[in-house]
Amino acid sequence: MASSFTRLISKRNTAVLLAGLGTGTAGFLLSDNSSLAAEAKKKLYPPSSDYPDLRKHNNCMASAVTPAIYAKLRDKVTPNNWTLDQCIQTGVDNPGHPFIKTVGCVAGDEESYEVFAELFDPVIKDRHNGYDPRVMKHPTDLDASKITHGMFDENYVLSSRVRTGRSIRGLSLPPACSRAERREVERVVVTALAGLKGDLAGRYYSLGDMTDKEQQQLIDDHFLFDKPVSPLLTCAFMARDWPDARGIWHNNDKTFLIWVNEEDHTRVISMEKGGNMKRVFERFCNGLKQVEHLIQERGWEFMWNERLGYILTCPSNLGTGLRAGVHVRLPKLSKDPRFSKILDNLRLQKRGTGGVDTAATGDTFDISNLDRLGKSEVELVQLVVDGVNYLIECEKRLEKGQDIKIPSPIVQFRK
Amino acid sequence: MPFGNTHNQMKMKYSSEQEYPDLSKHNNHMAKVLTPAMYERLRSKETPSGFTLDDVIQTGVDNPGHPFIMTVGCVAGDEETYEVFKDLLDPVIEDRHGGYKPTDKHKTDLNSDNLKGGDDLDPNYVLSSRVRTGRSIRGFSLPPHCSRGERRAVEKLSIEALASLSGDLKGKYYALKNMTEAEQQQLIDDHFLFDKPVSPLLLASGMARDWPDARGIWHNDNKTFLVWVNEEDHLRVISMQKGGNMKEVFTRFCTGLTKIESLFKERGHEFMWNEHLGYILTCPSNLGTGLRAGVHVKLPNLSKNAKFEEVLKKLRLQKRGTGGVDTAAVGGVFDISNADRLGFSEVDLVQMVVDGVKLLVDMEKRLEKGQSIDDLMPAQK
Repeated sequence: MASSFTRLISKRNTAVLLAGLGTGTAGFLLSDNSSLAAEAKKKLYPPSSDYPDLRKHNNCMASAVTPAIYAKLRDKVTPNNWTLDQCIQTGVDNPGHPFIKTVGCVAGDEESYEVFAELFDPVIKDRHNGYDPRVMKHPTDLDASKITHGMFDENYVLSSRVRTGRSIRGLSLPPACSRAERREVERVVVTALAGLKGDLAGRYYSLGDMTDKEQQQLIDDHFLFDKPVSPLLTCAFMARDWPDARGIWHNNDKTFLIWVNEEDHTRVISMEKGGNMKRVFERFCNGLKQVEHLIQERGWEFMWNERLGYILTCPSNLGTGLRAGVHVRLPKLSKDPRFSKILDNLRLQKRGTGGVDTAATGDTFDISNLDRLGKSEVELVQLVVDGVNYLIECEKRLEKGQDIKIPSPIVQFRK
Repeated sequence: MPFGNTHNQMKMKYSSEQEYPDLSKHNNHMAKVLTPAMYERLRSKETPSGFTLDDVIQTGVDNPGHPFIMTVGCVAGDEETYEVFKDLLDPVIEDRHGGYKPTDKHKTDLNSDNLKGGDDLDPNYVLSSRVRTGRSIRGFSLPPHCSRGERRAVEKLSIEALASLSGDLKGKYYALKNMTEAEQQQLIDDHFLFDKPVSPLLLASGMARDWPDARGIWHNDNKTFLVWVNEEDHLRVISMQKGGNMKEVFTRFCTGLTKIESLFKERGHEFMWNEHLGYILTCPSNLGTGLRAGVHVKLPNLSKNAKFEEVLKKLRLQKRGTGGVDTAAVGGVFDISNADRLGFSEVDLVQMVVDGVKLLVDMEKRLEKGQSIDDLMPAQK
């Protein structure tokens, strides 16, 4: 029995075999004086002994997880052998902030959202304003022609930008991927991007190989991304092996940019100076569709399903993964005490012009959509267009000494 | 990673070349040793608790190192790591520990009676004396790999054992996550409190997971004997006091360690140890004795002398600033300690520090008087 067992250990699918064994075989897995083998350890340490201490925690994972859910899911693995503990490590290590509720868990692969659905579904509902993945469907709409009034007054709007992410189906996500998988993502994406033509023709810069001059140019263009320093990201294992297989692609016009293997397989960004959000979104949709077509030609596709839309590493980016925003000057409105309420009702958020977690400098704000899941790309961009136009109207009225109104709140799906 | 990391089997569907890390810009012991051929041979292996080659080397892949300092670049996740991955770790050990061979035997000697002298280092120069080491509890995974359940079990065992210490070793445990503000401030003032690691060398190995769960500090009422639980190792044991009586510090160190070991044994647990590698710790640099015996000593004249580095090298000593590793000296006060860990016994290493520091102080006194130190130059130890 022992010899056939040791032969089994060296083969693939060891996890499946070990999982099928009963209590009596634990003895074979223990060598003298040594650390317990994985299977025996599971029996010695019941889920209750491993349950994390979340009493000082304030994140979506800590709100959703219970000892019962943990006990049920602890010993499960996705087909890529990713575990619950690995999903929640970032949330255990980062208790959160009393005012900002972080998500606290990540997916290691597409299947994480299914295998650990009992945790991810309530997290998604909490983060996405009551969106219930068990019963609702997410609409995808990348037809930019539907956008109306998408040209802003450039006396106020300095720049326009739309970003999202895409994952390559069949390859593990940044928290879980091996070096070979990450390199495969890079290869698939860079090969596809090389097929882009016309105003989308561009070039790839690998992070590890770029020259000092290229690096400086990318910094000056505000395109370069760095190794993550935020413990929210590093504790989720996504900075491993940096800068291996990471890079930046952008078109010659510098209006379409793709980050490879940063927080997601790809982050796709369309941007330009000025207020032509419609054109930014047109390029965004066009570029995305072309890239999708190019990878499909080679037998690959994006991770997507009708329950969750586009699948990304962080549950906060599910659905559209889309953030459409502008840098806009609002000197008078930003000082009005009704500013926050107006933004809330319009389903918009403000950030400083350095991005998330920065403060505004002067009177210029980054204004973008709050929502990601449950509304389509077209709906969200139209919402930003209508919202920003309203904010500019308010600013103009205040300039003339006229009064402004808080708009009625935009309808959300019920919790 | 907790429990069996069967993720490793999934990686086997890619070739070794596809998975081999890019170490072209790296300068650490792991990168010097890990060839593509070695990676191919070892990548399918796992320790019984599921620690893999990629787990061993992740910290070295993520931290290319420094052109002037040679870091180790690999860690153990359990006792068996040193056996299963010996092809990698033996040459790393040999390189780091001055040519220590896979067939060499390490001598353990914790009998402080064997130390000659050491009770009379001049307190006008030697401000404080300290000895530290680490211990791992056999049967439990090490900090890079342990689950929360294991780490808590290590803490529970340690608290029970330490609670049985008596006499001048009687003390109290402070769990990091439960301490009051007042307790925390006192521990900071005593220079006892340790923080969550910030060094990327440590973070990349996974040892800061679940902080501060099951981490804590124990110290005796006299504040001369201190144990860290679940920081970089299962236990770090420290004996220290002001002044130059290294003999007393070392005697307390040996007595305390021996007592703690027997308390663990009474409860059915022993420390990880074998006759080749001595005491097993997380980082290969701390194998053998895991011992660093050191003093804070005033050497304003000697430290400016051209021969200072040479003298330290001959005495097998190293200098650090008084803030510990990677700090600079302040006001001519240096932290002087043994450079070696493996291949010499505890008594051997403390003897080297005692004899060496005595000589350094003699040299300082000569230079103060404007006299030469040429006749005091030591031979290479």
